[in-house]
Amino acid sequence: MTLDDLDRAILRALSANADQSTGQLGQKLGLSQPATWRRIRRLQHAGVIAGRRLVLDAAKVGFGVTVFLGVKLATKGRISLEDFERAVGAIPEVQRIEHVLGLYDYRLRVVARDLADFERVLRRRIMTLPGVGNVEANVLLSEERRPGPL
Amino acid sequence: MYIDIFMLDDIDRRLLRLLQADPALGVPELAKLAGMTPARVTRRVEHLREAGVLQGSQIVIDWAVLGYSVAVSLRITLDKTVARAFDDFLAAARLVPEVIEIQTFLGRVDVRLSLIARDLQDYQRIYRQDVLTLPHMADIEALMTVASVKADESLPL
Repeated sequence: MTLDDLDRAILRALSANADQSTGQLGQKLGLSQPATWRRIRRLQHAGVIAGRRLVLDAAKVGFGVTVFLGVKLATKGRISLEDFERAVGAIPEVQRIEHVLGLYDYRLRVVARDLADFERVLRRRIMTLPGVGNVEANVLLSEERRPGPL
Repeated sequence: MYIDIFMLDDIDRRLLRLLQADPALGVPELAKLAGMTPARVTRRVEHLREAGVLQGSQIVIDWAVLGYSVAVSLRITLDKTVARAFDDFLAAARLVPEVIEIQTFLGRVDVRLSLIARDLQDYQRIYRQDVLTLPHMADIEALMTVASVKADESLPL
């Protein structure tokens, strides 16, 4: 799908705040409410807007630690990736799973209440996954999302 | 760093779980799903907002639909002998339009950049012109994303 400048402005605005009404958004962009609504609908139908994400303060509700894990599978070929993915997908603390190519096979984003809780998740849930081999952990200090090439 | 933890009760948890599953839910739908009156839902949600627990919502863009079919995770180690290494690096990385996420870590890796590109040729161009020229890098490693298996980032409330 190709975007024009107004589409790009809409995507930028909704990436920052998707709670604003189409009326408010249209006013900022000099568009009528129905025209704004039609454009958003079109972006949703095309799949450019894939969904919406709630922004919560994780630390405030008690999830003080976020860790990124690089996981290398130990017995490639013998363990099915589907089994690994199904098992890791069932762990509630795992927020993101990416199958990657390079030094690791999977990248996981894990939340925990604190470091002790993270250790529990790592030992009881991650290290016991089928086929798991080498695991590298990096504790998240800061994070920012950028608007991207819009 | 001391963070004041907001104690969620069962009702807060129920509302946040529903909103995490679908941030577009309005008060009437939330009230119906949670079995509460709209007035109570409004009060609760307002309270969660005022406390800073609920910060809003953002759209998720599917970059592949826009023609960005390559996603790479760049893991970078910085030269920590330079005092301003982090600040200089982060400021420069923010200027690369194809960088969609920047994270800093405590661990073997200092910074991670999520980079998108139209294809491998485009990636090569961005990597050479915009990434390798970033300041104070000691080491860089790339992981190419084959597939995203789960990406909802919900908290297990």
